Formats: sequence, C-alpha cells, structure tokens
Amino acid sequence: MRAWLPGYDLLRAKSLDAALRILADGGGETRVFAGGTDLMVLLESGDLPPGRFVSVWGLPELSGISVTDAHVTLGALTTYTEIQAHPVLRAEYPMLCEAARLTGATAIQNRGTIGGNIVNASPAADSPPALLVYGAEVELISAARGARWVGYDGFHTGYKRMDRRPDELLRAVRLPRTPGGSGAVHFYRKVGTRGAQAISKVMIAALGRRDAAGVVADCRISLGSVAPIVLRCRKTEAVCLDRPLTAEVIAAARAAVMDEVTPIDDIRSTKAYRRVVSGNLVAQFLALLAK
Amino acid sequence: MPAPLIGASVGRKEGQEKTRGAACYVDDMTLPGMLHGVTVRSRVPRGRIRGIRYEGDIPWNEFTIVTARDIPGKNVVTLLTEDQPFLADQFVNHPEEAIVLLAHTDRFLLEEARRHVAFDIDPLPPVFSIEDSLARKAVVWGEDNVMKSFLVEKGKVDDVWARADLVFEGEYETGAQEQLYIEPQGMIAQASPADGVTVWGSLQCPYYVHKALMPLFGLPPDRVRVVQMTTGGGFGGKEEYPSMIGGHAALLSWKAGGRPVKIIYDRAEDMVATTKRHPSRTRHKTALSRDGRLLGMEIDFVVDAGAYVTLSPVVLSRGTIHAAGPYRCDHVRIRSRAVATNAPPHGAFRGFGAPQSIFALERHLDRAARALGLSPEELRRRNLLRQGETTATQQEVLEKINLPSLLDLALEKSEWRRRKEEFAAHNRSGADAVKKGLGLAVFFHGSGFTGSGESYLASVVGAEAGRGGRVTVLAASTEIGQGTNTIFSQIVADALAIPYDWVEVAQPDTSRVPNSGPTVASRTAMIVGKLVETAALGLRDKLRAGGFLGVTYDDRAWAEACDRYLDLHGTLQAQAKYELPPHVKWDDKTYTGAAYGAFGWAVYVAAVSVDTVTYETRVDDFVAVQDIGRVLHPVFAAGQVEGGVAQAIGFALYENVILANGRMVNGKMTNYVMPTSVDLPPIRVFFQEVPYEYGPAGAKGVGELPMDGPAPAILNAIEDALGVSVRKIPALPEVVMEAAGCL
Ligand SMILES: Cc1cc2nc3c(=O)[nH]c(=O)nc-3n(C[C@H](O)[C@H](O)[C@H](O)COP(=O)(O)OP(=O)(O)OC[C@H]3O[C@@H](n4cnc5c(N)ncnc54)[C@H](O)[C@@H]3O)c2cc1C
Repeated sequence: MRAWLPGYDLLRAKSLDAALRILADGGGETRVFAGGTDLMVLLESGDLPPGRFVSVWGLPELSGISVTDAHVTLGALTTYTEIQAHPVLRAEYPMLCEAARLTGATAIQNRGTIGGNIVNASPAADSPPALLVYGAEVELISAARGARWVGYDGFHTGYKRMDRRPDELLRAVRLPRTPGGSGAVHFYRKVGTRGAQAISKVMIAALGRRDAAGVVADCRISLGSVAPIVLRCRKTEAVCLDRPLTAEVIAAARAAVMDEVTPIDDIRSTKAYRRVVSGNLVAQFLALLAK
Repeated sequence: MPAPLIGASVGRKEGQEKTRGAACYVDDMTLPGMLHGVTVRSRVPRGRIRGIRYEGDIPWNEFTIVTARDIPGKNVVTLLTEDQPFLADQFVNHPEEAIVLLAHTDRFLLEEARRHVAFDIDPLPPVFSIEDSLARKAVVWGEDNVMKSFLVEKGKVDDVWARADLVFEGEYETGAQEQLYIEPQGMIAQASPADGVTVWGSLQCPYYVHKALMPLFGLPPDRVRVVQMTTGGGFGGKEEYPSMIGGHAALLSWKAGGRPVKIIYDRAEDMVATTKRHPSRTRHKTALSRDGRLLGMEIDFVVDAGAYVTLSPVVLSRGTIHAAGPYRCDHVRIRSRAVATNAPPHGAFRGFGAPQSIFALERHLDRAARALGLSPEELRRRNLLRQGETTATQQEVLEKINLPSLLDLALEKSEWRRRKEEFAAHNRSGADAVKKGLGLAVFFHGSGFTGSGESYLASVVGAEAGRGGRVTVLAASTEIGQGTNTIFSQIVADALAIPYDWVEVAQPDTSRVPNSGPTVASRTAMIVGKLVETAALGLRDKLRAGGFLGVTYDDRAWAEACDRYLDLHGTLQAQAKYELPPHVKWDDKTYTGAAYGAFGWAVYVAAVSVDTVTYETRVDDFVAVQDIGRVLHPVFAAGQVEGGVAQAIGFALYENVILANGRMVNGKMTNYVMPTSVDLPPIRVFFQEVPYEYGPAGAKGVGELPMDGPAPAILNAIEDALGVSVRKIPALPEVVMEAAGCL
C-alpha cells in the first residue's frame, strides 16, 4: 500500500439525501466511492489524490433494477453479477449481459457497479458501448438542482470529461425496451489482452436489423478503446443504412470505420492494430447480419 | 521391506502447514522494535549523482537514512564480477538502481517520505537495445559493452557452405519475462557490530546471500547468518536478488543500532526492480543436404544483460551450449555475447538462457524443413543425436537417448497425422475466420551446473539421526514450492527403509546446514538428492560399523540402534560431498567436453487456433513427452511440466515487458499480461523413464525442461495455421498481424 492513509477521509452516507449534502458541502472536492474497484487500485499504487470521499455503497435509492413497459432502469449501484442474473436484461439486452460477464472476474463482478463504470469514464470500459447502442439515458442528481435525465450519447465530452457537475451523483441508467425490435442481431465482442481479467484493446457493440427485402433498416455500431471516449460510429452506420449488405457495402463500412476511429499506441496495443481490428470486427458483424 | 516411496506420489511434506495457513513467510514474522525499510531508486537510466535532497513536510530526524557512505565494508554485491554496488555512489547505471534507504516504524509515513527524496543527477547517454549496445552508441560497461562472450567450435563450418544443397538463414528474438512468483521478495535483518548480521527471508540460495553479506560488512563467515523462511516461489528470481535486498535491510539495521528492519517489496516494486529473463537475439545460418541432413550450423547468440553482470555469464553459457540442440552435426560454430544496456540487470529464470536459444533453433529448423519440402518431424528425425555421438561441445553422450521413441509417442498422443490433415482441410475451406495449426519442438536440457561448475561448488549434505530413529536432512537446498522437502524425505526413507514421517528436512540456516549449493539448474533432485542418499546411508554404515545395527533390520531395530548410539556418543551425523562422475570432463578454455552429467530429453506438440479477425492465438491442446530419468514423484513431476508449460505459454504469447527509458512501464498484473486458467489448454504430460546411473534412484532434472519447448512449438503451429512466419516472442496479436502483412 503506497498511499499515505491519513491523507484520506471516507464518510459513509446513510441516505441519498445525506450523500448529496456531503457532496454539496465539500465545495466540489468530495468524491463518490461506490464499489471501489477502480478507486482501490489507485489507492494501492499511491496514485489516488488524497482528500474526502463519500461511500454510497448499499444505498437503496441507488440500487435495484426496475422494469416498466417503456424502460428498464438500473440503479447506479447495480453490479455486474446482478446484471447477468436479470431475466429481462438477458432477454432484451444481451450485449450488456455479455459485457458484464466479460468484466474482470467473479470478485469484481460482485463489487463493481454500472455507475462506477460510467463515471470512471475509461474509454476501455466494457459496458459503455452496449449502453450507447441501446440508447441509454443517465439520471444525475444533486442537492442544489435536483434530478435531471441526459442522453448517454454525448455524456462523455472528452478523455475522462463528462456532463456531470462535481456535486452530482449518478443515480440511475435507463434503457428503452426491446431495442431494435424482434429479429435484431446483437453483436458484442471484447478483444482483451487475455481471456479474463483483461482490459480491452478494442471492443464492439453493434445492433442491426434487415427488412424483408434484405435492406439494412437499423444499424448501430459502437466501439471502445479506439478514441478518447467510447465511440458511436455514425458515419459507418450511414454507409450501411438503407442498403443491402453486399460485399461492396461491407468493404465500404470497413473502410469507413477505420477512418472514423482515432486510436493511439499505448502499453496495451497499437494504433495500427486497433484500427485494423475495428475494421475486421465491423465486417464480422455485418457478415453475421447478412446471413 | 516397506513399499518403496520413490515413484509414489506421497503427501507433500510441508503441505499441511501451507494449507492451514501456518507456514511462516517472512512477512508473517515480526521482531520486537522492528522498523520497516524502503528503497529510493534513481529513475534516471544513466548519470552522475550530484546531490540528494530530503524535501517536504517530513520529520526526517525520525528516519534511519542510509547511503553508500554508510557502508561499513565493501560496496559491491559479491557474485561473479565485482561491478554492482549495493547503493549507487557516484554513478547510476539503470533507473531502478538504489541510492538511498529509509527506515521508520510507520509504513505509511515511509511511503510518503520515499516520494520526497529527490536526486540531482546529470544524465549520461544510455543504451537500451542489443543492437545499440553492440554498435556502441554509448559505451556503458567496460570497454565495449560486452560483458562475456563464448566461442564453441566443432569441425570446420566454413568449409561446408560450398557443398550444401541449401544454406538457410534466419533471425529470431525473445523478450524479457518476469518470474511472477506468488510471494514478492522480502527480508528481515538484524545487524550490529556486536552481534554480527542475521537475515531471514524469501530466497533460493542461502549461501549466495551469505557470500554477499560478508564483504559488505567486512565480517567473517561465522558472524553472518542467513535463514530461509517459507518461500512462495522463485523460478530463479530469488537466486541473486535476495543478496541485494538482504544487504539493504542489514545496512539499515546496522545504522539503526541493531534494531531489526523488514523490507518487503510490493508487487509493483518487485516487477520493476528485480531481475527478469534476458531478452535475446539469435542469428542462424544452416547448411543442409537435399535429404535434410544437417551439414553445418553457424549460430550467433546475443543476450541483453542489463546494467550489471550478475549471473549473465552463466545464463549465456547455458544458452550457448543448448543453441545447437540435440542434433548430430559435425560442423558447428556458436558465438555468443552478453551485452550491457541501461536496464535493471537481467538474471536467472527457469531455463537460464536455454529457452532463448532453443526457441531460435526450433523455429529455424521448422522453417528450414519447409524450405526443403520436408515435414518438420522428418527433418528432425533424420538428425536426432544418438547414443555415443557428440553434441556441439563435443560431449560424447553416453546415456541412452530415447528421442525417436519420444517423438513417436508425441506424434501418437497429439494425433499428429490425422489432425494435420483435418486442420489443412479446415483452413482450406475458408469457412471459418479461425485457422488451426500444429507445431512441435524437439529439445534437451542439461541437468545440474555446467561443466566444471559442480566440482567448484563441491556441495556438502549432512544427515543427523535423533531419538526414536528420526532422521534430519541438513542441506542449504531450499523448498520453494517445487517439492524439495518431500523428495529428500522419500530418498532418505527408501535408503534407510524407515517411515516417511520419521524424516525431516532442516530449515536452511547457514549456522546449521552445510553448503549444498544453490537451488537452481535442476540440480537439487539429481545432484543434491544423490548426496542426501549417500549421507543417509552414512548413518546406517556408522550404526553397522559400531555393531548397533544388523544387516537386516526393521523400524524398531533402527530406532533402538539410534537410541543406543546416541546414549553412547551423544550425536550421530554423516556427511556426503559431491564428486564429479568420471565421465564429466570439461575444458573451460576451449569450451569443449561434457557440459552436463545428464540431459533431460523432450518432444512437445502444440495445437493452436489463430483468429484472423483479431490475430489472437489460443493454444487448444498441448502434449509434453519427456525423459527425465526415474520419476521420483509422479504428481510433482507432472506439476513441474504443467506449470512450466503454462509459464512458457506466457513467454510465447502474452508476457511483454515494456521498457521506456529502461523503466518497466507495465509493472502491474493488469498490464503485464500473464495467461489465466481460461487461457491455458489441457496440458497432457507423458514420461518415458531412462534411469541415470548417478542420480538418486536414477533421477535427472525436470524443472527447467518444460520452459524450453513450448514457445517454438506454438510459433511453429502458428506458421502451420497461417502460413505466416513469426520469428519473435511474445507473439502478441499485434506482432502476428504485422507478420501477416495486415497493416
Ligand atoms: C481486477 C479488476 C478487473 C477489472 N476488469 C474490468 C473489465 O473487464 N471491464 C471494465 O470495464 N472494467 C473493469 N474494471 C474496472 C472497474 O471494476 C469498473 O469500472 C467498475 O464498474 C467500477 O465500479 P465501482 O463501483 O467499483 O467504481 P468506484 O471505484 O467506486 O468508482 C469509480 C469512479 O466512479 C465514480 N463514481 C462511482 N459511482 C458513482 C456514482 N454513482 N455517481 C458519481 N460518481 C460515481 C467514483 O468517484 C470514481 O471516480 C476492473 C477492475 C479491477 C480491479
């Protein structure tokens, strides 16, 4: 443990209101502690800036999955284990369940939360591509301004930057029901550094549907780890929409996505690899959709 | 006669203690008044130290602070070459070099203090690669950056090129690799002028630490004591580095007036600062006849030693001797060099240079077979070394060589022919983005120290009998998870025909056990095990000579004999000292002769899938067939092979040490990617036993062998799957993609 522990305060909120008050009082300096699976890694290595934290773990207002005709709403504290076990999520949002299954391993899945995954804002996080494709919205709440819903598309504004004020808690995420309708193809693939406990080098969440004539009626493609934020590839989607999936269209989509991503070289992979594999994954998705 | 224990998978001696959590690792130990210690490192790869500053809001007067100035004896880690200081004084030569040591009771404050020590260092030009070091872009060690070189000459290789049908060349590279033992390095020391120096720690070689601490403090042998605590793995990584950390803890304790000091590295420090496998580059030029006979081999083998010599000459030596493999070839030249770079020193790691040179050879032969239009197994079969023929160092191999039969078994167990056809059809059909391939490697590994090494070591083992017929083995050979204690106990119990539970292995403590040499080089079972047997028999002979024991006896008679002997004489001890078998004759000057008393022989086969969407390779099946002489403990032996193959799959496909300015930038288990259980195939292990006359019950070494073969077998399988030739490891997906020309 390299952190100097006296430099840290961890307050435990007894209710959502209490948590919001602590966040408001801190003058924007207090940080949220949920499952801690991102924060504890930084603490161990001495890379977590000292200061005050409020633990929201266990708060009922941030927990649980509820289903209405229009939405499935996940409390920010929903864990990966809970996601994988939920029948509606399994039936209608297979990519989110797959992302959860491929996140870390059992211990992390029991403790890591969807809210933490979003606010930690790593471009390599595994759930965000699925959330983007499923048209998620997130609810932010603060003592000063109350609650507001914003579209997840656009929530991340740059590397580790997002549309969230320091005193705001992420309370919930909601997804519109039956994305893509019946007959849609859901394609999720994580390309990590190994089979488990891996950080993604590239990952894709894609949803598509063809109409009776074989023309692409719905196409949503999102890629992770290939840009400063999780990327919705609208230009690539446009290449496919309203077209039959000929070899030419697939080739054009591959070229489009290789152009749309802006990957970098880092310690996990290379720019070239991420670009080529992004193209391959999109082509693999479209080939599946064409079947 | 009780049933023999050798060859049976008896329970692990210290297994219960470990599973109950009762085993005492160094971090479990606390001494009264103990301080914690940390190391402050240079961060600059090469430079001249101008000053040290102690900054920030830190109560510096509460700290014990040690620099090179505080060293009472010689500031050099005594091993082979006297070039590495315990603490950098005027110059630093790699970014993890220790300059300052701090101790305090508060571990957290200590970390805060460590962040507030700053150095003024004038940088000097560094080198970071083999090529730059050879080109002397900067001279960073000695006169030419070359720390050691060897030349092996057999026949006249220069004359064969003209008459060869094919001259085939290739270049191969291997990367560094971290040992990743479960327990990071750690030591506790208590040191003062009055009481001398004692260290307790996680280590492989108590007498290496002993040897290094004596000159550091200018103390005679009996004033320095080294005790091995339960050790959570080593793989070579705890061969020489414990001297460094033990020395650091002892220097702090000495300065702190004899208060004990504990230094435990966390994983991040252990990964960046301690030794790793040497990266290598090998060039091959091979002359072959049309029908696939090896006419001549010229090999240029270079390893990156890092900033200081440490064990590099010995690693280089083993890599050199194994570079031409278990093949018959009359004309061989092997030139090898260990060169300096400004990275932390590379050191011992399971296989010790052989995995590097064997990777190159076995990849090269596979490619040569392809160029000749021969199958890879046939090319090898035509050149396998036979009993009585000579290796590259002109060692006449006297033991029976079972290679043809090992090869047959490996092909049979892997269903080589059937699967080759099946995979070829699958790949041709183009229906699947995943391509499949099979690859093999044939190799050997010398057991024990090289050449005259074992006679220099002159290892000694003791045995002591106690009340009730109990026997204690006294040896400095360490149990580090591999099963030493169990095997020694099996050997003694069988030699004396007494129960396994009556045998105990003493905790390695230099004040109590003789020097049985380092726990390295697959020598513990074969060399030390034989001494254990001899020492145990010495007890029996003393009892018989004194008339206490008859020719035949049972447990009770043995126990009574010991008791009566002890009543009369007080103690009963016997010792055994190593003597070189007569067939081991080695010439260090010409690098010719019997490099090893015996070899392990093996044929490994890997089946892989390569996904052409992601360029990821998965090993689907692995067959490991070997002759390691008599198998002493089937479960342990299979465990050694399974673990070694797993570690070698990491070496081949996943584990990539990334250095930036000589510093490892992926020193965490998230980013330094070792395979997990889901990444590993079934590993199917088969033994053929050809007993070795000079090993205990006929045993040879096993531990390093499985590190040698997997990487080339896997890369050969990748080439079989894709038709793409990858010549460097780790064969990360990025590397495979580049080789496939998909940029
Ligand atoms: C071994 C290991 C493996 C992992 N594997 C993966 C993986 O495969 N894929 C992957 O995507 N991630 C992985 N992670 C990262 C991590 O587990 C996830 O990002 C997880 O979802 C984080 O959730 P948490 O609740 O633990 O976040 P915390 O660590 O508690 O917080 C993370 C960040 O989010 C903020 N935050 C958390 N909740 C809220 C909220 N409700 N409102 C406002 N701010 C909030 C915190 O202030 C902090 O900045 C891994 C981590 C570890 C240690």
